[in-house]
Amino acid sequence: MTDLHLTTDRATQVEMAAIDAAIDACGLDAVVVNEGERLVRGGIHRANERRHGLLPALHALHNVSGWISHGGVNYIAERLGVPPAEGFGVASFYEMFRMEDPGHINDVVHVCVDAACQIAGADGVIVNLQAQGSTVHRSPCLGQCERAPATFTQGNQGRPDFVEADAVAVEGRIIPQQGQPQLRLLRRMGETNPESLDDYVAYGGFKALAEAFRLGAEGVLAELETAALKGRGGAAFPTAVKWRGVLGAGGDQKWVVVNADESEPGTFKDRHIMELDPFAIVEAATIAGFVTGARKGFIYIRGEYPLATRRLQNAIDSARAAGFLGERIAGSSLGFELEIRRGAGAYICGEETALFESLEGFRGEPRQKPPFPTTHGLFKQPTVINNPETLINALQILEHGGAAYSQIGTSGSTGTRLFCLSGHVQVPGLYEAPHGVTLGEIIELAGGAVGNLRTVLLGGAAGSFVGVDMLDLPLTFEDSRARGASLGSGVVKLFNDTTNFPAVVARIAEFFRNESCGQCVPCRIGVVRQHELVIKSAGRSMNGEREILHDIDLAMKDASICGLGHTAATAVLSAIDLGLIGA
Amino acid sequence: MTVLEPRSTETLVSLTIDGRPVTVAAGQTVLDACSAAGVDTPTLCYAENLTPVNACRVCVVEHEGSRTLIPSCSRKAEEGMEIKTNSERVRHSRKMVLEFLGSGVDMSQATQLHSWMEEYGADPSRYGPDAERINEPVKIQDDLYIRDYDKCVLCYKCVEACGDDAQLTFAIAVSGRGFGARISTEYDVTLPDSACVYCGNCVGVCPTGAIQFKTEFDLRQAEQWKPEEQTITQTICSYCGVGCNLEMHVQDNTIVKVTSPSDHSVTHGHLCIKGRFGWTYVQPTINRK
Ligand SMILES: Cc1cc2nc3c(=O)[nH]c(=O)nc-3n(C[C@H](O)[C@H](O)[C@H](O)COP(=O)(O)O)c2cc1C
Ligand code: SF4
Ligand code: SF4
Ligand code: SF4
Ligand code: FES
Ligand code: FES
Repeated sequence: MTDLHLTTDRATQVEMAAIDAAIDACGLDAVVVNEGERLVRGGIHRANERRHGLLPALHALHNVSGWISHGGVNYIAERLGVPPAEGFGVASFYEMFRMEDPGHINDVVHVCVDAACQIAGADGVIVNLQAQGSTVHRSPCLGQCERAPATFTQGNQGRPDFVEADAVAVEGRIIPQQGQPQLRLLRRMGETNPESLDDYVAYGGFKALAEAFRLGAEGVLAELETAALKGRGGAAFPTAVKWRGVLGAGGDQKWVVVNADESEPGTFKDRHIMELDPFAIVEAATIAGFVTGARKGFIYIRGEYPLATRRLQNAIDSARAAGFLGERIAGSSLGFELEIRRGAGAYICGEETALFESLEGFRGEPRQKPPFPTTHGLFKQPTVINNPETLINALQILEHGGAAYSQIGTSGSTGTRLFCLSGHVQVPGLYEAPHGVTLGEIIELAGGAVGNLRTVLLGGAAGSFVGVDMLDLPLTFEDSRARGASLGSGVVKLFNDTTNFPAVVARIAEFFRNESCGQCVPCRIGVVRQHELVIKSAGRSMNGEREILHDIDLAMKDASICGLGHTAATAVLSAIDLGLIGA
Repeated sequence: MTVLEPRSTETLVSLTIDGRPVTVAAGQTVLDACSAAGVDTPTLCYAENLTPVNACRVCVVEHEGSRTLIPSCSRKAEEGMEIKTNSERVRHSRKMVLEFLGSGVDMSQATQLHSWMEEYGADPSRYGPDAERINEPVKIQDDLYIRDYDKCVLCYKCVEACGDDAQLTFAIAVSGRGFGARISTEYDVTLPDSACVYCGNCVGVCPTGAIQFKTEFDLRQAEQWKPEEQTITQTICSYCGVGCNLEMHVQDNTIVKVTSPSDHSVTHGHLCIKGRFGWTYVQPTINRK
């Protein structure tokens, strides 16, 4: 690459020190990039092996300066060999990075304005905070819908990020079902100290890893196949097929990626897993590495999860100290390392290929598939990427055997499932139940609806509104598909008949408008037109809008690059069909 | 008797385009196969001399067995593929892409798009007069070219030409997100303050006139731009020994812009500042304020 051309802005000493520390903390020499592969744009330039330090460096800069200062970008550009125009382009992609000097050094309070918080009075929270002189940022769902209205505070001048609700001492139960004997995935939550490796081991921790060593890679795959585990990240892809694909892929550098970007509005299950059972993720990721032949993994966690980040880091550090990570794990010949990378506010970075781009230091723009991550994932190398809930299911399968696991749930949807209940429900929170439990039953488990239930948003913003006639729906992949719904990420968000539906639906449309990466035309412009049409027709019956919305949906479904565009109109159209708006 | 060695089938793939069988070399795209079958496909972000970014989606086709349509420009042809290029679904998506662009972007100078919009029945006006458009002032920062991002369809071509695919200068990149995404220098500094070396390769690839030679812009402003009256003279750049092909576009006996053929083996359509803008010595009288 030609020499960098930089403007005259220079970083301060404080900025340089913070950036240096962040870059040094990334194992930057770990990466080998195949040159000559030009599958996606940026072939030659991608040979820059330091580039994946970009996002950590931007975080560090923002934390000390409160914005992405020009001098800071120049310094990062120099350190990493990234052209400043690209550094700017990447930084400006993320919601958590301010691109202009705010002129003050306040922390920024992110207040969630998505549905659960919207109906719990987020607007009032914003007014109060502003009256107190706080700097407020309207945020999409913060993954804390069970304690709506939610906030997240982004530190400035080196102060740490925090979630106020995390600091509140929790009396009694941490999750509604805590300690119940039938729990599998949630059994440790609230029962163990999530910062204690000894506790984890005492409650069955690292048994699955020992079993994996005993079975060998093929043996583990056979158990996963018998168990018929399907991914919980939204796409329901068979985990065994994915792991086998990576095992069989050529190349000596492979990766494990834990997709902990959890940003689907209404979802907070992965946050619970990471905050309350973080060692389970370390153990499961290690097993994924053992089976597939990957020797290094990344946990890509959403930037608004400071407690989960701390607890995972503690889990990684203590596991390493105890010989459960690093060289010769638990006395075996296996070597495996894990590193955490923080996202910076972008729903799209939960899409697996956008996540790879982001982690590599590029804009979080999804790639056209094929090729798939099993052969061309992180750094274009074979990669197994899984959701945290999927991973902890793998532990269950190894502990109890695939055959026993497959007896739970239905034949098409084995195992138990985590459901995120929020909105107008008596006891919002995270619940575990076997696949096949009906929608009505899971709501009863949470104490029933508050008020007169009108509709449930099932599966998240990318899912759909369903009516009370669907309370008998067995929550399985196959039943939901057959009845035109989707379990998505396990979101069960209730709305009673006092809800201002035009506002709720308009906010969903706005969410997609804000979160489209902007890469492809159908989605970049389709989500804007959809939002405009929803606002335009608010509070009245639809005329020609309905037809145009269907036209938009069809084009986004057929011609967009990724799942965001494919599902961006689903909730809006279901709201019209149910008569929540436009009736 | 001589036995002919059968041609290796490994290097060829056979597929059907609208029911017609075609055979192309392995590694060629579905778009290549469509061309081989004599089917015209609209493309916007694709160019022969750039890595496909498959972003505009106007080239989508239906692939039997795929849940969604596929971008023909980047998808490699595979053995046995059954492709439809004129189905209801294909026509609908192409129409919507063109309609969306028309509803948000100034396409007045993207003449090629006009005929496609007609062909597919795109009607941008149905989103009403209040549909949000890209609203950007024209950037006139030097004498060589202007940037008018009102006209930008975000095809990434200029970014590719400035970066990996030709120039390796990386003066411009995509910034922002969603509908707010823009082509930009770092912190939006002016081009003279950026890494730009004025090769003009971005101008050469822009399909909509969003980046434009100042000569062309000035003539258009004066309503004096007459492409139909222009003649094109081929020559070879005399500045160095590389031997780039130049096409001098001449209107009223005046050079109004310089391009290079994208299929030329030396330039692949890309030039440097000397070939692109160094013609003033041929024509020292041109008004260069
Ligand atoms: C817009 C979008 C956002 C996504 N967000 C997430 C996410 O936050 N977490 C996640 O695990 N998967 C997410 N996914 C799905 C991933 O692309 C991928 O399918 C998943 O991580 C695979 O893991 P699994 O097989 O364990 O389910 C998202 C997909 C799309 C299209
Ligand atoms: S569908 Fe939307 S989010 Fe996905 S690549 Fe296209 S513009 Fe980006
Ligand atoms: S003129 Fe050349 S260097 Fe300047 S922005 Fe365009 S492509 Fe890049
Ligand atoms: S300026 Fe032109 S070449 Fe660049 S992205 Fe926009 S339309 Fe494409
Ligand atoms: S945290 Fe507000 S809706 Fe999820
Ligand atoms: S030409 Fe194929 S996506 Fe743009």
